Amino acid sequence: MIASNPFAELAVVIPPTAMQAYVVLMFLLVVAGTILDMLHKKSAQYFFENARKARKNATRTLSTGEKSALALKTVAKEVLTSGEFANQKRRVSHLFTMYGFIIFVLTTAILIFAYPTLEDPAPTILPLLWHLGAAMLCLGGYWFWFRLRVDVASEGVKWYQLNGRGDLFIIGLLGMATFALLWSLTMGFGALNMPLFVLFVAFSTLLFGSVYWSKFAHMFFKPAAAFQKRVIKADGSRENMPAIYDLSDPEVQARFPDIPTYLGVKPPNMGLGIKREAPKHF
Amino acid sequence: MPTFVYMTRCDGCGHCVDICPSDIMHIDKVTRRAYNIEPNMCWECYSCVKACPHDAIDVRGYADFAPLGHSVRVRRDEEKGVIAWRIKFRNGEKDMELLAPITTKPWGKHIPQLSDVPAPSKAMRDSQLLFNEPKYIRMDEGDLHTLESNGLVMKEGVYY
Repeated sequence: MIASNPFAELAVVIPPTAMQAYVVLMFLLVVAGTILDMLHKKSAQYFFENARKARKNATRTLSTGEKSALALKTVAKEVLTSGEFANQKRRVSHLFTMYGFIIFVLTTAILIFAYPTLEDPAPTILPLLWHLGAAMLCLGGYWFWFRLRVDVASEGVKWYQLNGRGDLFIIGLLGMATFALLWSLTMGFGALNMPLFVLFVAFSTLLFGSVYWSKFAHMFFKPAAAFQKRVIKADGSRENMPAIYDLSDPEVQARFPDIPTYLGVKPPNMGLGIKREAPKHF
Repeated sequence: MPTFVYMTRCDGCGHCVDICPSDIMHIDKVTRRAYNIEPNMCWECYSCVKACPHDAIDVRGYADFAPLGHSVRVRRDEEKGVIAWRIKFRNGEKDMELLAPITTKPWGKHIPQLSDVPAPSKAMRDSQLLFNEPKYIRMDEGDLHTLESNGLVMKEGVYY
């Protein structure tokens, strides 16, 4: 069941060209939604202005090589491992949701475009990955929905209370993955199957069609923000933040004599401080 | 000088919400990022600025005493036990960096362990004093401290 291509079986009812046209339409909706979102929030303008301000305060100019190295580091940490999250539970949940979504969307596109009918059987690994992607999306997504959403985790809002635009993205994701799995698993069960497929398509359309209103576009501007955060550290502008000092450096100790006086020449690690406890009292 | 949040830096972790003594740092329900719900009620304690693990909170000075273009930013590094301030003047020339210890002992190791203190007796519970009160306001060393008992006299006017 999970090793068979559900789209090829669907091709008996719906022509593959219609499915391909739907995927293209969803792609175009994402592109249009992202551009509109960028224009509306002026996020690109904000980034360029911010970058210009940072350049003005910079103490050194970064070479292209240094910038590429920073971009690679951003990809390796913030993009691929969601390294920006301070809360590890949120980070793990985000990783499940993100990789589940990527695997699910890519395998869907491959299955629909490369193996549209039962005449070209897809390699078993592809449908398996498709189901795995949907399951990962459900795991990370439901964990977030029931336990990690700030309204639920900290403000006593019940899991079934919707929060309009704030929940649009997660509802689109969860609806799409859940009904995709249910539709695929009930294939051959008769009447039950088609309504599940309709719900799968409805939630997919909601997800990809609501980019302008939802937080879907975060996957495009978040890496840009993370990259900029690294650039300002490297070029010395630091957004007017104080430097990060090495307390055992004799130069730092000579400049700030309180450090050796009160903390000693080799200042110890004082522990986590406020981070000893996760924030949960609000 | 109310606080404001750089949305691209905030990840909605909630440390500022937890620590704000005025309860005016909240998480926005749509974007799930922190924001100051009532800037007028902010008394610039800087708790949220220091607590933020992403340096996402800044303070906007009122123009009458902190003219536009200045910057006062802080980074509290708890693992090193230090706090660093950077103050940039409006003219862009005066740029001061300050660094000071905030603790000389590991966090959480020297909190008074109330469980180690003997529990209050029935008489202590029935008294009007708070737990440990006599010890700290030194009522056990005689009566309440007054000007007279300390050999002082009330003088008119402002004096030190």
